[in-house]
Amino acid sequence: MTLLDRHGFRPDPFRRLPAAEIAGHPAVIVPLADVQAGLLVRALGQRIGIDIANTLPAEDATAFANQVDLIAIAFPGFADGRGFTLARRLRRAGFRGILRAVGPLIPDQFAYAMACGFDEVELPDAVATRQGEAAWLADLAIYSTSYQRDYARGQNILEARREARTGGAT
Amino acid sequence: MYRYDEFDAAFVRDRVAQFSAQVQRRLAGALTEDEFKPLRLQNGVYLQLHAYMLRIAIPYGTLSARQLRQLALIGERFDRSYGHFTTRQNLQFNWIQLKDVPEILALLADVEMHAIQTSGNCIRNVTADQFAGVAADEIEDPRPVAELIRQWSTAHPEFSFLPRKFKIAVTGAAEDRAAVSVHDIGLRIVRHPETGETGYAVLVGGGLGRTPMVGKWVRDFLPKPHLLAYLEALMRVYNAEGRRDNKYKARVKILVHEIGIEAFRDRVEAEFAQLDPLRIQADAAEVGRIERYFAPPAYAELQDNPPALRRARAANPEFDRWVAQNGFPHKVPGYQAVTLSLKGIGEAPGDITSAGMRLVAELADRHSFGEIRVTHAQNLVLPNVRQDELFDLWHALAAGGLATANAGLITDIIACPGLDYCALATARSIPIAQALATRFAAPDRQQEIGPLAIKISGCINACGHHHVGHIGILGLEKRGEESYQITLGGDAGNASAIGEILGPGLGADEVPDAIERLLAVYLDHRQPGELFVDSVRRLGIQPFKAAFNAELRHDAA
Amino acid sequence: MSTAKLQPLPAILIANDLLTGDTVFFTGDGWTRHPGEALLAGDEAASIRLEAAGQEAMQLNRVVDAYLVDVVLSEGGIPVPRHFRERFRLLGPTIRPDLGKQAEFPGLAAQAGRTR
Ligand code: HEM
Ligand code: SF4
Repeated sequence: MTLLDRHGFRPDPFRRLPAAEIAGHPAVIVPLADVQAGLLVRALGQRIGIDIANTLPAEDATAFANQVDLIAIAFPGFADGRGFTLARRLRRAGFRGILRAVGPLIPDQFAYAMACGFDEVELPDAVATRQGEAAWLADLAIYSTSYQRDYARGQNILEARREARTGGAT
Repeated sequence: MYRYDEFDAAFVRDRVAQFSAQVQRRLAGALTEDEFKPLRLQNGVYLQLHAYMLRIAIPYGTLSARQLRQLALIGERFDRSYGHFTTRQNLQFNWIQLKDVPEILALLADVEMHAIQTSGNCIRNVTADQFAGVAADEIEDPRPVAELIRQWSTAHPEFSFLPRKFKIAVTGAAEDRAAVSVHDIGLRIVRHPETGETGYAVLVGGGLGRTPMVGKWVRDFLPKPHLLAYLEALMRVYNAEGRRDNKYKARVKILVHEIGIEAFRDRVEAEFAQLDPLRIQADAAEVGRIERYFAPPAYAELQDNPPALRRARAANPEFDRWVAQNGFPHKVPGYQAVTLSLKGIGEAPGDITSAGMRLVAELADRHSFGEIRVTHAQNLVLPNVRQDELFDLWHALAAGGLATANAGLITDIIACPGLDYCALATARSIPIAQALATRFAAPDRQQEIGPLAIKISGCINACGHHHVGHIGILGLEKRGEESYQITLGGDAGNASAIGEILGPGLGADEVPDAIERLLAVYLDHRQPGELFVDSVRRLGIQPFKAAFNAELRHDAA
Repeated sequence: MSTAKLQPLPAILIANDLLTGDTVFFTGDGWTRHPGEALLAGDEAASIRLEAAGQEAMQLNRVVDAYLVDVVLSEGGIPVPRHFRERFRLLGPTIRPDLGKQAEFPGLAAQAGRTR
């Protein structure tokens, strides 16, 4: 798998391990079923993340959201957009850790994913190689503006209009 | 009408650049066909039988003369000098090459147009009453809110990969001319019974296709400032819970049907309760900015039904018929909205040549403040014509073959492209429309039959709205041949209803006779002044069914 | 996972050109817009080869939606699809004889023995 954030491809500091094997690893992702066990044995400073399905109700994830450092939401296919909504709901519930999208996304979804609250994307290697890093970064750059308020995105058109109105001659 | 500001203009330019890059990545193999397909669809590009098709948005059906001229030019340069207006207020070009699409999109951007989200599993082009802003029965012009929704839904980060497509329609009038009840969301502008304030009544879960359903009320009164937050809540519930295991069950209508409207409403309200509408809604200044674009043009002070018009009507029966049939009352005295029929007898419904587009643009400039509307019945409208100029207009239209006086009559048939173009079709639809229009062409006969909506689809996807036709015709395949299933009693207006199937499928050549038999029942049994669809409602389907089945040459078992 | 054994014969390979969208036919070593130049697969082995050629051309991003269509050879030497859908596709819209391959290749409709 290849990890990608807004600066490009980068090494993944997290390793996927069952709770029983996490000792000695500075950053791990455990299966959702293991989260309680993992938190029990967590060492000081050890970072723990969890893998969740995109069908998990947001309420179920928020129960432990404040105790984990990373939540990885699975995208079974790029056209399955449930992960975008789940990410939004987790952010709304106050999750401040790393949000990761896991699956065969396409570069053209990168800016959307970021706007919904994701920090990074974990891609199958073959997909990452075929699509190339540049296409992902280009997607972040291509829209200088957006229409939706309240999403984490570059310049918002409605706010920009407001500024133009109040900043210009009145 | 709405004009792009610098931000809108920059946005559509960015989008063109993005799509050009996507095409290049597809050609280079960086994107597979599966990955590219939703991207091209969200830019209006389909693959049909003979070529690519490009579907261009005409938001809420409002078009300027300048835009229509540009469409004419695109038709000439990149297509076969004609285009097809659809039931969702879009324009389709049928012979497009993928390599030309970026250039076409740039030409559209030049005139403040685009093809964004005219297809794909996203929020589609928002449709509205074609008489918005001029209809006498209107509480409020629906176009400002349609524009607000257009902007809000454009490239939405969360709702661009929905379970299925999502269609929104808005009307501000007493009579529903936007078919809001067969949309995923239908908005009706209503007045609060106590405060008198205007807001929205919200319908959800309508739709046609394989499982036709009429929308259900999810909110009786939504205050205006809550609109975008409410839409966000509703879309979020749908995105999270709409079915993704079966594309035929993925529309919101199925979710509403499966969990029930009460449960659906509860979920939307629970989500809505967690949102702060004011953080999501455009502020009042922004709403006002949009509204000002839709301010009425500088109407002259005129009297209704001026002598010049009366004289011309008296002297010219054909003109008289056209005014009576294709005219629509305008809220301002001395003005009229008129339908330009794209249903010339024997023509393909909704098709218009580039030359025709130029003529309409010219006449819009001369007679309608440069404005044109596109109707969901696949016709055009000039919304603002002075009554004392109607005669000149009619002359010019007649010279261009655009003065057919059949708006709302039996030959004003809606038909999808069907198997002459569409890769999904099971049978042709246009030739059926042509045969019927030719059969019932005689103007007196059409008048005698009165208002009647025949709607034809070339497959179960129902792009031709056959379910809500007073008479619906669905093209299917039966034993290796095209076969046509007839339904009766559908309605797309206020009394929306889904038609009932009359009997076994017919061969193409049997359709006109079968329609004759249905008409005979109506003409024999109607009460004075009663419309076809009202007779069907009063009499029930049985007498029609009996007549329909009486002379079938197939075994009607 | 070939479905070729169910494929009625003879058959031709039909697709859309990725770049233009045109309906195209496989000739044996390339793609043509004229149906008369399509390679006819008369037996199972040939139809398997055709299908493989379609897969390959899709992999190479040359065409999309390639599949086999069973045909009857007309007296004019045109492989005419048995199904009406593919017949319309071969010639062009029935309502616009002035457009599509029927217009572009004079005589094609007659050679194909167009009946509708
Ligand atoms: C020619 C290419 C076209 C294709 C491939 C196409 C595809 C489809 C599909 C797959 C559906 C069913 C979707 C669903 O229910 O989930 C559909 C529905 C529909 N299409 Fe098309 N369509 C085409 C052209 C048109 C045209 C020309 C019109 C207008 C005349 C149109 C308007 C509609 C409408 C109104 C519906 C019904 C929507 C509903 O169920 O609410 N489409 N189309
Ligand atoms: S109803 Fe069917 S045949 Fe007609 S345009 Fe829609 S998908 Fe094509």
